[in-house]
Amino acid sequence: MGRNPMAGKRLDLWGMVTLLVLALYGVFLIYPLFNLLTQAVVDKDTGKFTLVYFIKFFSKPYYFNTLINSFKVTFGVTILTVMLGTPLAYIFTRFEIRGKSLLRILIILSSMSAPFIGAYSWILLLGRSGVITLFFKNVFGIHTPSIYGFAGILVVLTLQLYPLIFLYVSGALKNVDNSLLEASENLGCSGIKRFFIIIVPLIGPTLFAGGLLVFMRSLADFGTPMLIGEGFRTFPVTIFNEFISELGGDDGFAAAISIIAIIITTMIFLVQKYLSNRKTFTMNSMNKIRPVEARGLTRIFIHIYSYALIGLSIMPQVYIIYTAFRKVNGTVFVPGYSFGNFINAFDRVGRSISNTLIIPGISLVFIVFFAALISYITVRRRNIFTGIADTVSMVPYIIPGSVVGITLLIAFNKPPILLSGTMIIMVIGLVLRRLPYTIRSSVAVLQQIPMNVEEAALSLGSSKLNAFYKITMPMMAAGLISGAILSWVTMISELSTAILLYVGRTKTLTVEIYTQIIRGNYGIAAALSTILAVLTVISLLIFNKVSKGDDLSM
Amino acid sequence: MSVGISIKNAVKKYGENTIIPDLSIEIRDKEFFTLLGPSGCGKTTLLRMIAGFNTIEGGEFRFNEKIINEMEVSKRNIGMVFQNYAIFPHYTVRQNVEFGLKNRKIPKEDIRIATEEFLELMQILEYKDRMPERLSGGQQQRVALARALVIKPDVLLMDEPLSNLDAKLRMEMRQVIRDLQKDVGITTIYVTHDQEEAMAISDRIAVMKDGVIQHVGTPREIYHRPSNIFVATFIGRTNLIEADYSAVDKIINMDGFTFPMERLTVDSDQLVTLSVRPEDFQMTADSPKGKTGGIKCRITDEVFLGLNTHYHVELQSGQDIEIIHESEMNSPFKTGDNVWLTLKNEKINVFTRDGNRNLIHGS
Repeated sequence: MGRNPMAGKRLDLWGMVTLLVLALYGVFLIYPLFNLLTQAVVDKDTGKFTLVYFIKFFSKPYYFNTLINSFKVTFGVTILTVMLGTPLAYIFTRFEIRGKSLLRILIILSSMSAPFIGAYSWILLLGRSGVITLFFKNVFGIHTPSIYGFAGILVVLTLQLYPLIFLYVSGALKNVDNSLLEASENLGCSGIKRFFIIIVPLIGPTLFAGGLLVFMRSLADFGTPMLIGEGFRTFPVTIFNEFISELGGDDGFAAAISIIAIIITTMIFLVQKYLSNRKTFTMNSMNKIRPVEARGLTRIFIHIYSYALIGLSIMPQVYIIYTAFRKVNGTVFVPGYSFGNFINAFDRVGRSISNTLIIPGISLVFIVFFAALISYITVRRRNIFTGIADTVSMVPYIIPGSVVGITLLIAFNKPPILLSGTMIIMVIGLVLRRLPYTIRSSVAVLQQIPMNVEEAALSLGSSKLNAFYKITMPMMAAGLISGAILSWVTMISELSTAILLYVGRTKTLTVEIYTQIIRGNYGIAAALSTILAVLTVISLLIFNKVSKGDDLSM
Repeated sequence: MSVGISIKNAVKKYGENTIIPDLSIEIRDKEFFTLLGPSGCGKTTLLRMIAGFNTIEGGEFRFNEKIINEMEVSKRNIGMVFQNYAIFPHYTVRQNVEFGLKNRKIPKEDIRIATEEFLELMQILEYKDRMPERLSGGQQQRVALARALVIKPDVLLMDEPLSNLDAKLRMEMRQVIRDLQKDVGITTIYVTHDQEEAMAISDRIAVMKDGVIQHVGTPREIYHRPSNIFVATFIGRTNLIEADYSAVDKIINMDGFTFPMERLTVDSDQLVTLSVRPEDFQMTADSPKGKTGGIKCRITDEVFLGLNTHYHVELQSGQDIEIIHESEMNSPFKTGDNVWLTLKNEKINVFTRDGNRNLIHGS
């Protein structure tokens, strides 16, 4: 005894939990990643070390350019979202806006749908035969700019992702003391100048963190460039194409590209961490910034800005829902309205709806369970093992979704663990990807709960398990549940992992929508998108009820 | 250049809610003027109206002759010290102090000289390149003062600047503030809910309640001759005793104990309330020989506080009275003893029974 690093005691309940968590991560994350690395650097035929796949990627512009393209998109989107989302958050914090609470809901809704659905809707609106395009062409004879390619991806992802920046910055502005703004005004610096000199530096770390999230999401997004990119190929598209086309043959190249992706995201993550840590200020806000009525031109400007931006970002969703009720003949919309699309959808692909309830549903149970345990051991039982568990659980945060999919497929498409084509592998994918977020929010909740409440239970004769289950869990519950609902919303609109892992039986709504769009069944795609939107709205309403108006955290 | 401030019939409303109904006040040039009152009395609201952070719904605010009601915050030339200092956390000490000067397009060299001067004056020159989070509360307070004063404001406004400091530092900083104000010679309005702090620091104090000024005066005036019972109880400690006044004999009768009171402004019999501070009783073990005798009562509790001892005595009416007595080596008084009280007549205050008016002549 005493040599055991588990706090120098024999293995207690939490020690066993820690080991269980580490074992599971070992099997479902570390082993697959290791496997991926092996695939990428070992020649399948000779069994020898090789860098041929990496050389292939970097030497052929056909592949290498996709990396450049991805960087163009991600940096572009990140900069644009920060430029659009930050002022919006500032306006919402600082001024009264007509219909603010409705606008806030719309912002969140527009961010919660799958990006590729937005892309598809923009094609319907601004594509070659889009309604706006035709309107301008027929009425004014004007050619609207093309929505396809780089510009289109930029527009779709920016409108999709600026809400993340909005939410992050809104949260940060809550910590900025109003006296700082007043002191600045008192000393002769107000308005826009004050925004840049005082506000922006103070929320700097948050901008970096929000920017990172936008960066990761836009880098990993697969559906948007696939639908709207046309000739403009990005990294995830290449990974997908290479993997799908080489399935059953040589996975090495796809694995190598995946490794490159992981290296890039890791570097971005570390740079962000370094920058944020250097620039963090501790602030305690005694007087929060309270919104005031703006006057004159400012008032007009902030209203136009808010309504235009939010209107643009919600428009694709609204239009999709509208087309869901239009009559369809084959693959073309015809005049008139009906529920035909919904009837068709339920008839032909009803299974995807139930899958979307079942697969994320099961995943959610595991996510909540493990998030509670992992956050507990990392906050309350600090030691080297729980530290490792904490770090490992965060790894999927920086791995693009399609890479998670590939990693799991390569590892589990053969014995000893054969999981490909099952629901289990999809559940594992979702659990791995969402756990980092839910753990973070649970940790935040847990840090608010004083340790001595639990100690009181122990001193009154409660067992450790009982104390956790009866005392700590209920106190964490609200935070856990609201975190879980957000995970749920993200999971039902998830595409990039599912598109790799699904088989016919396990198609989810997003996969089905994607398939129907590709096949040209626009009516069914719209109906399914509407069902997805309704599911999202219901989930968010429940979230609001549970969290009692708390803020969304991604 | 320091200014006098004149406020006439000020009104502050939030929607239908009136915070300040009708307030007028004159603050003299170079005066240290304190707004004192319990939380929610409108003192900070009034300060922020002067600073320009709150709108003014009615009345006239003037700096000397100039009306400032609609003037922009940054044009009012006000130095402001906030409750939590509002030090910009992303700037060094020096950058914080320079901030106001930089916004005024002053030549670089002048900025440097002025900044150093005030850093020196506040004794924080050695910390000039530190970030604020590495400063103590007292040091941050000094930065806030330097930053407010370096712009050579006409008026210095301070909103509970000491409330975040511990007791000892609070005493030290209030002396620093007082000395600084006299040195610089600037009209200062100071907001606090701490009556001792207000007395220690102010030339004059306005005691506020529910958006109405109850009493304006020097610390001595409001302590010794409070204008109503609210002021009497808010400033220092006091005992309120019901009594009646006989105008013919100019005598006050307090539960059988009578004493002369010749300085009242009324000439009719009426019910009054006496305010007697704990130190204004004299306590003797035996019945005093004088013709007015004394009030007989019994000691129910004693609390030894070093310099003074606090006694609680019970009058025959059952009322509890607090008395402060200088501590002695061998106290003649113990809990349970019967004692006799007499009053320091000239220090007593006599109010109408409703407590709204002090009846002492000249108060």
